[in-house]
Amino acid sequence: MNWNNIATVYLKELKDSLRDRRTLISTIVIPTLVMPLMFFGMGKVMTSVVTKAREDIPTVAVLGGEDSPGVVRQFRESKRMRVVPTPADWKQAISDKRLRVAVQLPEKFEAQLQAGAAPAVKVFYYEGELKSENGARVLERFLGELREQVVAERLAAHGLPKTAARPFEFRRENVAPPEKVGGNLFGGLVPYLIIILCFTGAMYPAMDLTAGEKERGTMETLLCSPVPRVDIVLGKFLMVLTGSLSAMAFMLLSMGVTVAVGGSLMMGGGMGRAAAAGAAAKSAAAPAASGGGVIPMIDPLGVVGVIAMVLPVAVLFAAAAFTISLFAKSYKEAQSYLGPMIILVIMPGVIGMLPGIDLSAKTALIPILNLSLVCKEMLSGVWHWGYIGLIFGSSSLYAAIALWLAVRMFNREDVLFRA
Amino acid sequence: MIEARQLTKTFRDKKRGEIHAAEDVTFRVVPGQIYGLLGANGAGKTTTLRLLATLLRPTRGSATVAGFDVVEHPEKVRAHVGFLAASTALYGRLTAREMIAYFGSLNGMSPAAIRARTEVLSAQLDMGEFLDRRCDKFSTGMKQKTSIARTLVHDPAVMIFDEPTLGLDVMTARSIVRFVRECRDRGKTVIYSTHVMSEVEKLCDTIGIIHQGRLLAEGTLAELRARHGETDMEEIFVKVVGGDPVR
Repeated sequence: MNWNNIATVYLKELKDSLRDRRTLISTIVIPTLVMPLMFFGMGKVMTSVVTKAREDIPTVAVLGGEDSPGVVRQFRESKRMRVVPTPADWKQAISDKRLRVAVQLPEKFEAQLQAGAAPAVKVFYYEGELKSENGARVLERFLGELREQVVAERLAAHGLPKTAARPFEFRRENVAPPEKVGGNLFGGLVPYLIIILCFTGAMYPAMDLTAGEKERGTMETLLCSPVPRVDIVLGKFLMVLTGSLSAMAFMLLSMGVTVAVGGSLMMGGGMGRAAAAGAAAKSAAAPAASGGGVIPMIDPLGVVGVIAMVLPVAVLFAAAAFTISLFAKSYKEAQSYLGPMIILVIMPGVIGMLPGIDLSAKTALIPILNLSLVCKEMLSGVWHWGYIGLIFGSSSLYAAIALWLAVRMFNREDVLFRA
Repeated sequence: MIEARQLTKTFRDKKRGEIHAAEDVTFRVVPGQIYGLLGANGAGKTTTLRLLATLLRPTRGSATVAGFDVVEHPEKVRAHVGFLAASTALYGRLTAREMIAYFGSLNGMSPAAIRARTEVLSAQLDMGEFLDRRCDKFSTGMKQKTSIARTLVHDPAVMIFDEPTLGLDVMTARSIVRFVRECRDRGKTVIYSTHVMSEVEKLCDTIGIIHQGRLLAEGTLAELRARHGETDMEEIFVKVVGGDPVR
């Protein structure tokens, strides 16, 4: 192994890749744009949709209630809803979004209340439809208030105080530090994005430097040089790794800049909170108050930990993408092999984001999933050194095996001269 | 000097079984000589030359190139060989100067030596006009000149040409043929594969006819003519490989 040779191959590949539009898009452009797009684009759309749904005054159809004019009047007088004439096909109307919700009052509802019975009221809505669910919430709050009113009247009739039916109050209070909240909320998302971008960042240089070269006929030209093949593999591999790590670096950088520039504009919305978490992750800024709440932040040391843990996985991705695309005869064939690989990479990342999936000796050995889980913990400020060591060690071992396979593959004539 | 001794290469194919791409190929090329390897498509020319250039490893037999064994010292062999084939392309995103410099570096040359050599080659091959332009914008002629400069940057003692005129227009092909002659005149050991009979007649000092991986006949043009009683190279070739001569 000669480092001069490796450096020569690497520097040439770097120069070549910097002139390749596809590689630049996958390693610089997309990782840089993904955060602003998520926070400003998707975040804004989500915030606007949710706000619009919450501001929507739901249309309500009252079913029955002819014998309960007092209650029906209360429905009509409420400013939080708009009672409309009941359509004949009211269920279909809810499905078609012509009507948000319907409320069914039982027969002689008022009379039953006066008699001290407990009649059941039904609320009809369309699950999964944001505005209909919001309408159901409005109706339930209204019915809850109506119930409290009846309770108060009954208690008063018996000469009892309000506390007879509500002997004590309770409320919940958060004890988790802001970085823990941030880590739990976004700790899964950041490693997930890093994992995807690390892979796609490795993908295009890997395809270009192997199958692409075979297709263009430059691989044979390169093999004519006196440089040992292991030096060529390592030089090329380092370039693929550079692509993978660049994608991560540009994403983190863009995340910091995105938040620094525009995070404060969006603090009120759900994505704004994510942005704040990102800002905290990058700048280690102190928790800031916004809208009366504390913005969750991610432990900045956790970000350093994430970067360290991503390194062996980036090596694994680079070596795997290199080996697989080396096998292909053409760029197109390499794409057809590596494209489905994204699903294999995403799946463990998604599983790691799910609540309830925790680190254990078993999950610590599953590549990608282990990274996702440990990153979630580190970003929350939790450091399980035993698992961290196990994950770093196992990831490094997988990476070494993948690199060894890449070198072996590069020495196979049937792979290099596959026709 | 090139010396091939019972050079054999067998490939295993799932559908076709064992394929003997080169079988017991034995020949010798001395400095200042052009050895022409003549054969039809799939005869084993490229495999033989790839074995000599150490791109492939022989299944059996051996060869020495510039005094180095192809199996024992493949890197040293490649350091003394210039390999030019229709399949050896240029990096489209590099300029001609960068291409030459890259292969100079891979051959262990210093930046100063590369600069000096680039100037010499650029002048010899008349590359000044396009030296700093990207190769993907080149005409076929420019590409060939750059490829030649790439093979010559380390001034190798042995030149291997694998069908270098394949797909080229007449003028570009002629310039390649002229360049091959110049290599011989400078005392280099040259091996040249082709299936174009006229090129062999014009260019080669010794001709080896290869068919189905085996070297079936060898000699100078005069020797082959005398041995087979034919003056036309095509007729000689057909007689050697066992086809029907056209009368």
